[in-house]
Amino acid sequence: MALTGVEIFKLLPKTNCKKCGHPTCLAFAMKLAQRQASLDACPDVSEEAKRVLGEASAPPVRPITFGAGDRAVKMGEETVLFRHEKKFVNPSAFAVEIKDTMSGDEINNIVEGVLNSEIDRVGQKLKIDAIFISNASNDAGKFESAVKTVAGKAPAVPLILSTSNPAAAEAALKAAAGKRPILYGADESNADAMANLAKTFKVTLGVTARCLDALPALTEKIKGLGVDDMVIDPGARTAKEIIQDNTLIRRAAVKKNFKALGYPVITFAQRDDNMLELLIAALGVAKYSSIIVMSSIEKWKNLALFTMRQNIYTDPQVPMQVEQKIYKVGEPTPESPLMITTNFSLTYFIVSGEVENSKVPCRLAVMDCEGLSVLTGWAAGKFTASKIAQFLQESGIENELKNKELIIPGYVAILSGAIEEKLPGWKVTVGPREANALPAFLKSR
Amino acid sequence: MAFVAPKETYSGKVFEVAIGTGKTVAFGGENVLPFSAFEGNVPNRPVVAYEIQDIPPDDWPETVRKVYEGVSGDPVTWAKHCQDRLGAKAVALRLLGTHPDRNNRSPEEAAKIVKDVLAAINIPLIVLGSNNVDKDSLVLVAVSGAAQGRNCIIGKAQEANYKTIAAAAMANNHKLIAMSELDINLSKQLNILITQMGFDKEKLITDPMCSALGYGMEYTYSVMERIRLAALTQNDTTMQPPMLGDVGMYVWKVKETQALEADLPKWGSLEERGIAWETATAGGLLIAGAELLIMRHPAAVKAVEKFIDELM
Repeated sequence: MALTGVEIFKLLPKTNCKKCGHPTCLAFAMKLAQRQASLDACPDVSEEAKRVLGEASAPPVRPITFGAGDRAVKMGEETVLFRHEKKFVNPSAFAVEIKDTMSGDEINNIVEGVLNSEIDRVGQKLKIDAIFISNASNDAGKFESAVKTVAGKAPAVPLILSTSNPAAAEAALKAAAGKRPILYGADESNADAMANLAKTFKVTLGVTARCLDALPALTEKIKGLGVDDMVIDPGARTAKEIIQDNTLIRRAAVKKNFKALGYPVITFAQRDDNMLELLIAALGVAKYSSIIVMSSIEKWKNLALFTMRQNIYTDPQVPMQVEQKIYKVGEPTPESPLMITTNFSLTYFIVSGEVENSKVPCRLAVMDCEGLSVLTGWAAGKFTASKIAQFLQESGIENELKNKELIIPGYVAILSGAIEEKLPGWKVTVGPREANALPAFLKSR
Repeated sequence: MAFVAPKETYSGKVFEVAIGTGKTVAFGGENVLPFSAFEGNVPNRPVVAYEIQDIPPDDWPETVRKVYEGVSGDPVTWAKHCQDRLGAKAVALRLLGTHPDRNNRSPEEAAKIVKDVLAAINIPLIVLGSNNVDKDSLVLVAVSGAAQGRNCIIGKAQEANYKTIAAAAMANNHKLIAMSELDINLSKQLNILITQMGFDKEKLITDPMCSALGYGMEYTYSVMERIRLAALTQNDTTMQPPMLGDVGMYVWKVKETQALEADLPKWGSLEERGIAWETATAGGLLIAGAELLIMRHPAAVKAVEKFIDELM
């Protein structure tokens, strides 16, 4: 269990020497508790304190990386059960399954899909993270050749190699040398051989049990064999089992510091019904899966899942912001209206959505107010007449307009006179207070 | 290391709400987090209601408008279609035509439409205003009377108009949706204000305000999770009404449900993308704690029902 700031404080030198860059040891302890500082910053800390704090600060879910280079995937390090408590740390990785029984064309199509899956959304580049290759044929040679094919076509994409046959596993690991794949498929029957392979090839081992209750004994055994990095599969397949097992695993790790389940979880979402598969994958995103394996990666499904992951894994304490600029909605002409609002992402989404609904082409000036909404931004002195005037002047937008008219949100009607004073030659019009009145407002002009 | 599953028991539980008089449905009633029957009771499935309107859905995107072609011109036909052809468990009639910017229908006209729809169906009805706070307080009073004895859900009562709407729902024995804007404290406060009028807290449904996937869904998601945790762990009775996700209305106006594949090839098929957007938004809110969903596309409802089958 993580220590509180006060518990950490008791272990510090209490000299308030400021060498760590914080005014007092207590302030430093509070930062440590929030994981916003590192103990290394304290030059005088005792060995005993290092040991205690080191153990306590080890994240309850072990940090594990697989794959290599830019596309390497980080997992684990989670510290909470609910996203409002603290940001979820490492977003779920999406993997698509390739079976070694598939034809070359089928394999090619899926690999192409992975390589072309990248989408830009709100400034983030999102993509399918990994390929899960399964030994459906039970044949070592076929498995090895599928791994070679995939590794050849998509050398940078992280791999998960799935087989319960150690001979097939060894052949596949050789074919994927240097790629730091996950070897998935260690169970009660093959634990020794699989652990040996994981150690030899220095890869993370995917461990699967019949049921959640049997899993801790298995991970302990494998850890005893010298394998530290594991991802775990409690055998949950239905949505009900996934919620149950993933919740119990995260609770055991975070609240009980139960190390035998303190590993990233892999979830299998494959369904014949693609919309249902989308929902199972979304469940994995919301409920603690580090890797989610899917049967297909259509673009529409990827977009929905990437967005879901982005939503769930944003920092609840930092308002989502959009870039300050003048956005075009539709194809505005010099006569089209110009409106202004703040850069809180929700404000932007709601306002731009309503403007789009109005079907009236517009320019929407979105001003950086550190992610505050209109009223809050105004109250905090960030959405003021002089700052609005400065933003518009620097944007050079007046050269694109026939009439220098600015529509401001109804909530800041009070600013209209002041803006006109700061922007000589401009006319300020007060728009509606709520975005949902925008379509009627715009159409009636 | 022996493993003892860290199960939780909670002191509170969600109120169970039953609606309708013919074919009734009940939702809520659980004493655990969503779909966590492994540590408590989850007596009811969440309920999905089909959304219909009193005016044709001209502003719905093509993907969802076309599936109601031929029935959506008339709310009675539309409601019967949902019940008889789509197997709807409930219907949510949005009286958009009463909005002053739309058809500005009178409360009396709205009341007649509600009566006609109720006469045509046997499943429970949810009656929603046009989200104009002044007009809703007139319209929802009239329709509450018109629906007397049918155990409907009336909504939405907001801070600015809850008094008249709650009084009418109380007088006519309906359930009531209390909506506030994405803030757990506002939601609690509104529930308290309404119950202080003498409205039974066990007849409330909390709408913490929906938002679509990618357009603030994480706010709705976390407000719902926090409301549910307050209900269960603190036994806070003002937070124990079941929750509504008014999904369709928020989803079918975002760009992802409308942009053509030709314009945005990286976004893939528009048809499936739109359905996926409604499906995923609904699924996310179910996981966060919604017990009642209002949705539009039959394919999205079907997927969500299958999801619930797997979750129960």
